[in-house]
Amino acid sequence: MEIINNFHHLIQIIMSHISHKSSEAENAQGEVMVPLQRRAFLRYSGAGVALSGLVLAGCTDDRLNDIFKQVDRNSGIVNVGSGDVGILNYAYALEQLEAAFYAKVMQEMFYQNATRAERIILKDLADHEKIHAEFLYAAIKAAGAIPIKKLTPDFSSVNFASRASVLGTAKAFEDLGVAAYNGAGKLISNPAYLTIAGKIVSVEARHAALIRDLLQNGTFVGPDVVDLNTGLEKSKSPAEVAAIANTFLAQGSKIDVSSLPKD
Amino acid sequence: MNILKIITEIEKVDPEVYERLDQRRQMFKHFAGFGKKLAVAAVPLAMGSMFQKAYGQSSGLSAQIREVLNFALRLEYLETYFYQLGLAAPGLLTGQNRSDINLIYIDEQNHVKFLRSVLGADAIPDPTPNAFDYTGAKGGARAALLPNVFTNLGTFLALAQSFEDTGVRAYKGGAPLLISNNTVLEAALNIHSVEARHASHLRTMRRGGPQGEPLDPSSTPQSWPSGNDNGGPAPAITAAIYGAGNPASLYPSEANVIQGGLNVQNISQVSPSEASEAFDEPLDMGTVLAIANNFIK
Repeated sequence: MEIINNFHHLIQIIMSHISHKSSEAENAQGEVMVPLQRRAFLRYSGAGVALSGLVLAGCTDDRLNDIFKQVDRNSGIVNVGSGDVGILNYAYALEQLEAAFYAKVMQEMFYQNATRAERIILKDLADHEKIHAEFLYAAIKAAGAIPIKKLTPDFSSVNFASRASVLGTAKAFEDLGVAAYNGAGKLISNPAYLTIAGKIVSVEARHAALIRDLLQNGTFVGPDVVDLNTGLEKSKSPAEVAAIANTFLAQGSKIDVSSLPKD
Repeated sequence: MNILKIITEIEKVDPEVYERLDQRRQMFKHFAGFGKKLAVAAVPLAMGSMFQKAYGQSSGLSAQIREVLNFALRLEYLETYFYQLGLAAPGLLTGQNRSDINLIYIDEQNHVKFLRSVLGADAIPDPTPNAFDYTGAKGGARAALLPNVFTNLGTFLALAQSFEDTGVRAYKGGAPLLISNNTVLEAALNIHSVEARHASHLRTMRRGGPQGEPLDPSSTPQSWPSGNDNGGPAPAITAAIYGAGNPASLYPSEANVIQGGLNVQNISQVSPSEASEAFDEPLDMGTVLAIANNFIK
């Protein structure tokens, strides 16, 4: 009896969410939202099947992740999704964050007062991260999937007039990016996407080394990022990365990576 | 001590133990998690070695993975002995240069140790420094390509950059071949990014440190390849490091701007050099070995 009540309760939540979803879709701008509506519909029509499966067998299903993803959206959290596309969206979220950071750096005080070499480097990094973000957006669409929305960063903890603050944040982002790609590689199932992640992560590692050298020459590797016993860089899981990235994302733009593959 | 009883105990925490004892291929993947559970099962330490084969290392690796890891190990030896000889060369490396190269040397030594530990008995023998001739003269069989490699800092750093950039491309090319084994794949990626950090720093050193301005891609490069870097530090010798591999469709040159079938130059409306810088390219084993072979006797 309790199971059935819970089941009805879930259905109610989902039904109310569908109506919420369509009004949200109507308000949003054109192109991206049309396939989103259709995808949402397909997801919900599959939800009943998944739920009966849940009740009967007590097991989880990919579609359950999708249901939780939609519920998450109610609270304004951006779920990057599941499978390879989820990994691409996860990477897209991080690249968006980096691209937004360097774009802002270039408009602010420290950049104006930086050395010529530092300005060249920061401009290059801004370009590279923008290219990464725009490429991933295009790659997700090319895969027939939906990119996550444009995230709103929260850089209130950064003093853009301060060299130490700007470069310290850049170091945090670049090291985080490397650890994130390193941790996500094994979660990818399509070798072509693994290769693409590999093409990006080494550029992030080159950035990280250079920013660290700018802060203190000779710190391109260090015990905080490389295990001194094995010479292996330390990976971070999506959950660890999201916890850090979310401190730089505004309410409504924080990411949820809980539907990503676990291994 | 009843071995079957122990296996039964293990089965309580690892229901697939029998399958594991048979299918050692899966062992490596689950090794870390199992170690913890093994302790809980309170199996005497002395029994650990009996399970080494089932849960242990190289024997669980496929032929392809062993091949890729031994290929990586070969490159790590090439790098390790290069830095070892450079650090031993009188007056070549002093001050900050010396401490930086020493950091890289330690990482490479660790990579050798790590790869040997994963490969176990299947690891190639230590080639020793005698296997290499870093002047490129192949032990006198031909004229030296870089006769002053251990007496001239510029030449030494140029070859160091070449080795590290090659390493980055080699690991990147190898990664998809390791996709069946999460543990090995992640470890390879964790070495790959360290090689990229080394490459970045060596390039930074070559343009006079982090405040040095990049100008000529051959002599004062950026910290990443831009286009094909005009063939790298010594184009006659290093062009292959930045060029296309085999087949070029899978292993394009560093100047490539097409990623996953998408033209990133057009997508972001940037120059070809910027588009190429944002992505490093993989290289196939054959091309990498041909590059390395210049410095093997």
